Amino acid sequence: MNTDAKIVQRSIVGKGIAHDSAARHVAGEANYIDDMPELPGTLHAAFVLSPVAHGRLNSFDATEALAMEGVAGVWSAKDVPGHNEVGPIHTGETLFAEDIVDHEGRVIAVVAANDFETAYRAAKKVKLDIEPLEAVLDIEDAHRRKNYVVPVQEVVDGDVDTALADAPHVFSGKLKMGGQDHFYLETHIAYAIPGENGEMLVHSSTQHPTEVQHHVAGILGIHANAVECQVRRMGGGFGGKESQPTIIAGAAALIAAKTGKPCKMRLKRRDDMAGTGKRHDFVVNWKVGVDERGRILGLDAEYLARAGNLPDLTGPVITRALTHTDNSYHIPHARFVGHACKTNTVSNTAFRGFGGPQGIITIEAIIDTIARELKLEPNAVRAVNYYGDETGDTTPYGQKVDDNRLVEVTDAVLASADWQQRRAEIDAHNAANPVIRRGLAMMPVKFGISFNLTSLNQAGALVHVYLDGSIFLNHGGTEMGQGLFVKVAQVVAEVFQVELDMVRISSTATGKVPNTSATAASTGSDLNGMAAFKAATAIKARLTRVAAEHFDVEEEVIIYREGRVHADNRSVSFGELAKMAWAKRVQLSEAGHYATPKIHWDGKTMKGRPFFYFSYGAAVAEVAIDTLTGETRCLRADILQDVGSPLNPAIDLGQIEGAFVQGMGWVTCEELWWDKAGRLRTVGPSTYKIPGSRDVPPIFNVRILDNMPNREETVFRSKAIGEPPLMLGISIWLAIRDAIASIAGSVPQLDSPATPEAVLRSVREAKGRLKDS
Amino acid sequence: MITFKLNGQQRTFDGDPDTPLLWVLRDFEKLTGTKYGCGIAQCGACTVHLDGMTRRSCITPIATVDGSEVVTIEGIEGKEAEAVQKAWVAIDVPQCGYCQSGQIMSAVSLLQMTPKPSDDDIDGAMAGNICRCATYQRIRQAIHDAADTMEG
Repeated sequence: MNTDAKIVQRSIVGKGIAHDSAARHVAGEANYIDDMPELPGTLHAAFVLSPVAHGRLNSFDATEALAMEGVAGVWSAKDVPGHNEVGPIHTGETLFAEDIVDHEGRVIAVVAANDFETAYRAAKKVKLDIEPLEAVLDIEDAHRRKNYVVPVQEVVDGDVDTALADAPHVFSGKLKMGGQDHFYLETHIAYAIPGENGEMLVHSSTQHPTEVQHHVAGILGIHANAVECQVRRMGGGFGGKESQPTIIAGAAALIAAKTGKPCKMRLKRRDDMAGTGKRHDFVVNWKVGVDERGRILGLDAEYLARAGNLPDLTGPVITRALTHTDNSYHIPHARFVGHACKTNTVSNTAFRGFGGPQGIITIEAIIDTIARELKLEPNAVRAVNYYGDETGDTTPYGQKVDDNRLVEVTDAVLASADWQQRRAEIDAHNAANPVIRRGLAMMPVKFGISFNLTSLNQAGALVHVYLDGSIFLNHGGTEMGQGLFVKVAQVVAEVFQVELDMVRISSTATGKVPNTSATAASTGSDLNGMAAFKAATAIKARLTRVAAEHFDVEEEVIIYREGRVHADNRSVSFGELAKMAWAKRVQLSEAGHYATPKIHWDGKTMKGRPFFYFSYGAAVAEVAIDTLTGETRCLRADILQDVGSPLNPAIDLGQIEGAFVQGMGWVTCEELWWDKAGRLRTVGPSTYKIPGSRDVPPIFNVRILDNMPNREETVFRSKAIGEPPLMLGISIWLAIRDAIASIAGSVPQLDSPATPEAVLRSVREAKGRLKDS
Repeated sequence: MITFKLNGQQRTFDGDPDTPLLWVLRDFEKLTGTKYGCGIAQCGACTVHLDGMTRRSCITPIATVDGSEVVTIEGIEGKEAEAVQKAWVAIDVPQCGYCQSGQIMSAVSLLQMTPKPSDDDIDGAMAGNICRCATYQRIRQAIHDAADTMEG
């Protein structure tokens, strides 16, 4: 198989073709699960959620709910015919609480009724007898008590204690960073439809149809082959629909199985936010040793992650935080430790970046601190620490950085952003303006592409060629707006050299492509694109033999071009060739399978080559802060992102812009807030602020690194794009730090998110120093 | 009995007068282009035109729609709508697409009132429509492009 971009013809791949659903999106014709016509007799479901953070569930009384007109039933743990399990990795993560409720919003039971409102009203009528228990709500409190959901993880390289003891300068600090709600506009939803002979069809808004299939089967106590999970599209996922959909789909399927009726479960925004997981908030304690130039000699970092009430994906999230603490910098002696702290809050889960943002903001805060302590330019400190010949090319977890593009991306973005000139302008502005301070920052991102767990790095695709030359495509990846479907369709159209509209995109379905991995870790197009490429290429090889025989030429002579198959000056249409192949009883269908090569990972030693390759990017952000109100505004952002040879640059640009703004939200305006009783009080857009139209920088220059095909043999030498640019949003937080640092020249005391309150506190602290000095 | 015009056709509704317009559209009229996002008029996914103005249908009781004219994404027409929808596709605005019906309803309304909006006009008019894919930069550009095509 030849996937080399330089050799393989590229007439469809690499073009900025519109998202396959764009025309339907703008006409309101793209159907999400809640838009599907409901079958007669469809029931609607609502959860009974725990109102307390921690307690013993003695009993509940559903008499009043069951007496309501239209209520079909109430079900809980004791009604589950199979296993009461929904965990993505571990057992013991139950769908319904058994004896203990361990966070506010914990699912206790589910109510079904003839309509949605009745179900919700009935759920509120279920009386709960819960004996309150002491709740652990604080990460550091959980750490002190040694309450963890999974064992500690450690990435250790060299001798950090000696390095710190011998270092000319040692700095330390603590960084707190908040979590983040996914706030996909489409809340969690599933529609379960019972079939004959115990079969169950589940439409689920999920990034992981296979997991939904398996857990629904487990909950119902039936084989996986009786369950099909389908998803055409999600109204946003962002990681929030990786493991969490099993909760919703599991409950809907249970009701459907119990009643024999279709059951739809759609969460209200409040229940979605209270009952499902978010990005992990972390506390990090760090200590770094450096020389006079700011070169890092050793780094000791201890991460405390809020797992919430159970493990879910916290283990792998911590792994990615630990393997991204280096970001772009060579750290000769390292000890990165990660604790998964168990608290009585909703279990945190995957979110775009998956621990990477937490690792990268940590090292960027450290770099910023080093520079300000040593009175050096932060970018100069970055430069002396970049992976490279003068420093080293091996990460603390043992992978070589052998495709380094750090200097290319950082030099180019500094130039395109007019760094030198603007730095001088901003410094002059700050010298003259005590109230509105401006800040400027650049940061690079190196992000590892592949699931850390090697076994997840596989995918399947199914390609059929029909006798009219039209092509049917199915693969294990799911569409959540990231443009995966059009990218994979482009790959298939490229192989056959047919118009893109000859390739029919179809809903992800476990009955068509089995045993898939979640569409996650930015790997969707790498994995599914390559699986589809292999399937299409296999069919093409058979078709080529038929064509060569037909034209009586060598196979090498056969050329596919613009929907036709040529042998010198003779040709047939692609459809005619398909008919000829059928007549000769040649198979026109293929299931492709791809497993990412070269990768390996030892979870015990935390060493290996977990990532097939790295993605590189850099951003420059400028902000203004109001030192009297703490308000901030990003005035300009310049981004340069490596996407290899892009499959679809238009889609990729949208991903970069969106990810950056989502990252900006994480470090600025998005704040999750629990009260003292452990109740999440930010459960809607009225209290939880995601970036809006006014928050996007008025000058926003986004570019793709040109002419840099992936060095690894990915599909058409492209690179992943979903997550890496999210971390570039951290540049805004660094620019806010820069603006605050201008007040007293000191190290800003600023955690994340830099809400106006946090900025104001930090400004006051800096002003206090000014007075003291 | 509540009577209103929906996408140019006379309709009646005789259910609970407190029923939000959103659910009348989705559940009774089977017009599913208008979306539920938050239920508290803070996200904009449910935006429709009520007597020519944008309205959050999720908090609009159907009783208040009596005698009014409702236009949804399915019924939107005219030069502004055409220009906006074309511009949206041309520069790849939608990602997941879920909020886009609401975005388009707000954008069309803006152009109906302000045919040549500034960036500030756009950011202000669109501030009530949130997009988690953060397509704002493209929305801004698409509205400018639509305004240009309407002019030309």
